Amino acid sequence: MLEKFPVNPPAPEGRVITCVEALREGLRQLMEQDPSIFLIGEDIGVYGGAFGVTAGLVDQFGEERVRDTPISEAALTGACVGSALTGMHPIGEMQFSDFVVLAMEQLVMQAAKIRFMFGGKASVPMVMRLAAGSGTGAAAQHSENLENWFVHVPGLKVVMPSNAYEAKGLLVSAVYDGNPVMFFENKLMYKTSCAVPEELYSIPLGKANVARAGKDLTIVATSIMVQRSLEAARQLAAEGIELEVVDPRTLNPLDDETLVNSVIKTGKLLIVHEAVQTGGFGGEVAARIAASPAFGYLEAPIRRLGGKDMPIPYNRNLEKHAVPQVEDIVEEARKLVRGAY
Amino acid sequence: MIHPSQEYALDPKRAKQVLKELGPETGRKFLETMYTIRAFEEKAEELYGLGKVHGTMHLSIGQEASAVGTSNAVRKGYDYLLNHHRGHGHCIAWGSDIDRMMAEFMGKETGFCRGRGGSMHIADIENNNLGAQGIVAGSLPISVGVGLSIKLRQTDQICLVIFGDGGSNEGAFHESLNMASIWKLPVLFLCENNQYGMSMSVKRSMNIENIADRGASYGIPSRIYDGNDVLAVYDAVKWAADTIRSGKGPVLLEAKTYRWRGHSKSDRQLYRTREELKEWQALDPIPRFAARLVEAGYLKDSDVETIRAGAYQTIENAVAYAEASPEPDVATLMEGIYA
Ligand SMILES: Cc1ncc(C[n+]2csc(CCOP(=O)(O)OP(=O)(O)O)c2C)c(N)n1
Ligand SMILES: [Mg+2]
Repeated sequence: MLEKFPVNPPAPEGRVITCVEALREGLRQLMEQDPSIFLIGEDIGVYGGAFGVTAGLVDQFGEERVRDTPISEAALTGACVGSALTGMHPIGEMQFSDFVVLAMEQLVMQAAKIRFMFGGKASVPMVMRLAAGSGTGAAAQHSENLENWFVHVPGLKVVMPSNAYEAKGLLVSAVYDGNPVMFFENKLMYKTSCAVPEELYSIPLGKANVARAGKDLTIVATSIMVQRSLEAARQLAAEGIELEVVDPRTLNPLDDETLVNSVIKTGKLLIVHEAVQTGGFGGEVAARIAASPAFGYLEAPIRRLGGKDMPIPYNRNLEKHAVPQVEDIVEEARKLVRGAY
Repeated sequence: MIHPSQEYALDPKRAKQVLKELGPETGRKFLETMYTIRAFEEKAEELYGLGKVHGTMHLSIGQEASAVGTSNAVRKGYDYLLNHHRGHGHCIAWGSDIDRMMAEFMGKETGFCRGRGGSMHIADIENNNLGAQGIVAGSLPISVGVGLSIKLRQTDQICLVIFGDGGSNEGAFHESLNMASIWKLPVLFLCENNQYGMSMSVKRSMNIENIADRGASYGIPSRIYDGNDVLAVYDAVKWAADTIRSGKGPVLLEAKTYRWRGHSKSDRQLYRTREELKEWQALDPIPRFAARLVEAGYLKDSDVETIRAGAYQTIENAVAYAEASPEPDVATLMEGIYA
């Protein structure tokens, strides 16, 4: 199926849309060309989804294919698993990624394991879209970044787009990947814009993107932290520091090669993600680099900049301090380049 | 069609009797608290509009009778309260300090949760108000634990747990009712059926008419009542609390009510009609009760206005307190995570 779509096409200049628009456009076009695709989730119909991603789609495709569910995360996830098992391509929406805790059994014990357990004879080609992250004042139970929990589960793929262009292309690949794919969308990223091709296209899963080339330090960043790292890179360029920003796009499977080559080139590595640092994805990246040929090229310790090891606070200022901001990335990158560690 | 709220109206004779039992002082207090809740919610909305709060909020305008009738029919501060996201009203009715609530809403250090929890998570632990939940139905399993603790400690407390119609579609609801029932735990499951879980009407989210009917599956007695009539609420909750205290195990209550505002800050309300809203607004619990108090000779019309004005002033004072309160110090960012 994926062969139909151009891979990584150039984005036309001037066609700048938000991430929400890019996702909606992708969902619409996917559904137009494939009746096996349907959407399922809480308040995705007439409400249009808590963040507006599915706005208007129910008018075009009807309530059968843009299916509102009761507040029942386990069952809605199971509805994805069961329908995917029998020929459909469901795209579920977890209104806030936090609520995925209620769907863990269906994802971890069922979706992830069905293919292997049944000798490779069954498949679960589903996508679960999850709205993740802090910065909206929604406090501890509506701000989580839980992606690394799923990185730890063989059988699931984990995708984290970093902008509108990436979101649309990765969504297409996720739908036709043939596996259960966890698709984490950052809430602050939703409103950010960039140029996006109008037609359907794919960005392969498992391929990292060098979002900016540089020679002094490799930053491996995920999701919204790619945008923040690029901003940090712009600021540091004024000081003559050239950061390379690498966006893995897919956390599992991870494109080791691109990461390793970058670190071989720069000799320094900083990993940035919003999720809590302890037990986060940064640890996996650090371990892989340390075990790779890049180890011999390292000129400084590998550093991580993750969210503080704490739940997200409500107060706006505290909330900001709980996760990496551009200033934090600038400071940490500068220290690392200047040999502070 | 009979209005769902009216279908379960309290028998007028019984209403008179309940009002008489309450007496003028308590009646006046109920009215005042309902106004205070309304004023709090309106102010919350205003502050949000002014950009003075960030984050989300869930307003209970139109549901004030449920909060006031409920809290006052249990022993506030002695019994336990587990609240949900639309919980400002219950917190106020429970008697939790309004200044500290407002400070929490505005993210201040003097707030109940030191500005860490916000609108959705106000808790007043000292007074057995065990906090509001951002996870739909998240407090139902906890209520089983609180009920179990009461049983093991052999006190005569009860645990009141508030949730919405939408919450009753979570697995947690069903597991909790069953467990509380087999162990005869002193839990009062109180569903505020405001007809919608976010955009989903109860007509679409379940195949039965009443959430209370789900009690039968678990051998739990239940009752449905007009949630916009504070006397009906009080009467039902009193009955439930007495039943629970007599050792018969949990009770499930269903208040038929309606949320006037959108679900949260960003809701265009395309899923309901203006007519439906108007129909329910005609059953505004506040003037309904005020009229009863006047009719009973407990209050004069001018008293009603005085009470209303006083409630709005209470909220102005709370805002002044919150605005004068300090922001949390960033140096304390990581406090309070572990014991
Ligand atoms: C587990 C979970 N799923 C979804 C949500 C998002 N959400 C918050 S409140 C709400 C509607 C709840 O409806 P109901 O229980 O009827 O309470 P109401 O808001 O009507 O008072 C939804 C879907 C959530 N907070 N938690
Ligand atoms: Mg409801």
